[in-house]
Amino acid sequence: MKKRRVKDGCLWLALMILALLFILPTVLTVVNSFLSASEIERSYGAALGSGGYMKERIILKLVPDIATGEQYKTFLLQSPEYLQKFWNSVLYTAPITILQTAVSALAAYGFCRKPSRLRRAIFFGYLVLTLMPYQVTLVPNYLISKQLGTYDTIWAILLPGIFSPFAVFLLTKYMQRIPKVYLEAAQLDGANEWQIFRRIFLPQCKSALFAVGMLIFFDYWNMVEQPMVLLESEELQPLSLYLSKINQGELGLAFAAAVIYMIPCLLLFLGGERHLEEGIVTGGMK
Amino acid sequence: MKRRLHPKRSHTFLFLVPSLLGVALFFVVPFGMVIYYSLVNRPVNGEFVGLDNFKALLHNSAFLLGAKNTAILIGLSVPLAVLLPLKLALWLERAIPMKSQLRTAFLSPMLVPIASVVLVWQVLFHQNGTLNAFLETHVDWFHSPWSILMVLLLYLWKNIGYHTILFTAALAAIPRTYVDMANLDGAGRTRQFFSVKIHFLAPTVFFVVLMSLIASMKIFREVWLLTGSYPYESLYLLQHFMNNTFRTMDYQKLSAAALMLAVVMGALIAVLLSIERRLDQDTENE
Repeated sequence: MKKRRVKDGCLWLALMILALLFILPTVLTVVNSFLSASEIERSYGAALGSGGYMKERIILKLVPDIATGEQYKTFLLQSPEYLQKFWNSVLYTAPITILQTAVSALAAYGFCRKPSRLRRAIFFGYLVLTLMPYQVTLVPNYLISKQLGTYDTIWAILLPGIFSPFAVFLLTKYMQRIPKVYLEAAQLDGANEWQIFRRIFLPQCKSALFAVGMLIFFDYWNMVEQPMVLLESEELQPLSLYLSKINQGELGLAFAAAVIYMIPCLLLFLGGERHLEEGIVTGGMK
Repeated sequence: MKRRLHPKRSHTFLFLVPSLLGVALFFVVPFGMVIYYSLVNRPVNGEFVGLDNFKALLHNSAFLLGAKNTAILIGLSVPLAVLLPLKLALWLERAIPMKSQLRTAFLSPMLVPIASVVLVWQVLFHQNGTLNAFLETHVDWFHSPWSILMVLLLYLWKNIGYHTILFTAALAAIPRTYVDMANLDGAGRTRQFFSVKIHFLAPTVFFVVLMSLIASMKIFREVWLLTGSYPYESLYLLQHFMNNTFRTMDYQKLSAAALMLAVVMGALIAVLLSIERRLDQDTENE
C-alpha cells in the first residue's frame, strides 16, 4: 500500500507540472497585458513582424520591467472603435448561442424520440455537415447571403449560426441516454409530446444545454472566417477578427485587448464549470 | 394502452421542422450548389463536364499535398485526443489532492482567445523564440518538418481538458459494484480497466472520437492565423487549398475538393456509427 502512495505522489507532481504548462498561456496573456506598449514592441516586435532586427532572443515575459495599466487605458478610454467591436461580438455571439441551443434541443428531441430509418438518415446528414470545415460552405454561403440580401449585415452571420447543426449531434446523443422510464410514466399520464419535451427532457438535460451553449459561445466568440467572408463594413466586424490581425498593427494593445476579451468567457466558465462537469459529459453515458 | 405508447409520428416530426428548414437553407442548398459546381466547367452558364474536375484534382499537386497533410493531422490528433484524456481521467480517479483544481487547469485553454494563443505560440516557436533559447538552438520551427507537431501540441492543449471531463464523468457513472467485484477478484488496475470499465466507456469513446474529428477540422483557424495562406509544406492543409481556390474564384476546383472531403468524412462516420450500433447491442444484451 505504501508503495502505491509513493507512486501516487509522483503522479500528482507530474500532473501539477502539466497543469501549470496548461495555464501558462493564460498567465502569460494576463501578465503581458501590464507591459507598456513600448516594452511589448521591444520584446516581441521581432517575432511578430513589426520591425526590429532578429538578433535578440525573444522570451515571453513572466515579470514586466514596469507594470502599467497603459494598455487598458488606451483600449478602454481612447479607442471607441474597439469597444464598438466588442459590442458587435456580443451581438453575434449571444443570440447564436441561445437560439442555436434552442433549435438544436427541439431537433434533438425529434431525432431521439422516433429513430425511424428516415430520421436516422437525416441525422447522418447532420453529422457529415457538422464535420465539414467552414471552407466547404464558404462559397455557397457567400452566394446565398447575396441572394437573400443579407450580405454585409449582421444576419449574414446570425442566420447560419443559429441553424448550424453542430449542437444537434451533441444534444441528441445526450437525450438518447435519458432513461425511458420517465417517458413511459409521462405517457401513461397522458402528457403530449410538447409537455414531455418541456417538463421531462429539458429539465433532465439542463446541464447538457449549458455545456453545449458554452461550446457554441467559445466557438463564435472566436470566429474569424465567417466575418472575413460575409462582412465588408468595418463597423460590423467582431473583435475576434481584429484581435487576430493585431500582429500587423498595434501590438502594444494585443494583450490587454485579449484579457478584456477573455472576461465574458471567464464569467461564463466560472458560472458554468459545475454544469460542464456534470453536463455534456453524460452525453456518452448510459 | 398500446396506442398511447406509440403516438403518431407527425407529433415528434414537428420538433425537427425549425432546424430542418434552417439547415436546408443554409447548409443543404449550399451543398447542392457545391455539387453543381463540381460538375460544370465554369460557374456561370457552365457546361456539364462529368467527373473532369475530380480527375483534374487528383493530378493537382497542391490538392494532394493538402489531402495528405490533413490525413496525417487527423491520424495523429484524433487517437491522441482520445487516449491522453482517457489516461488523464483514470489518473484523476485516484486519491490525489486538488483534483478539481487540476481539472480546471486542463480546461483553461478553452478560455484563451485564439488571437492570444497564436501570439504565444509565435513567440514560443519563433526562430529567436523561447523554445530555441531554452534548447540553445536556432530552428525555425514553423518552417521545419516539426511544424506539424507544433500544431498537434496546440490542438491537444486546447482539447484535452474537455475530453478529460467527458471521461471523468463516464468513469464516475460506472456502478461501484462492478469495480468492487473486480477488486475482490484481485484484479489490478489494468485488469480492472480492460475487463470492466472499458465496456461502460465505449459510448463515451465514440463521442470523444467525433468531437476530436470536429476539432481537427477546426484547428485550421489557428494554423492559418499562425502561418498564413502559404505555410511550410508539411502544414499545407486541405483547407488552405480550399481557401486559396476561393480567393482565386476557382469554384469548380473548390467544390470538387469539398465534395471529395464530404464523401471521405461520410464514409468515416458511417463506419463509426455502425461500430457504435454494434457496441450498443452488446451492452443491451449483457
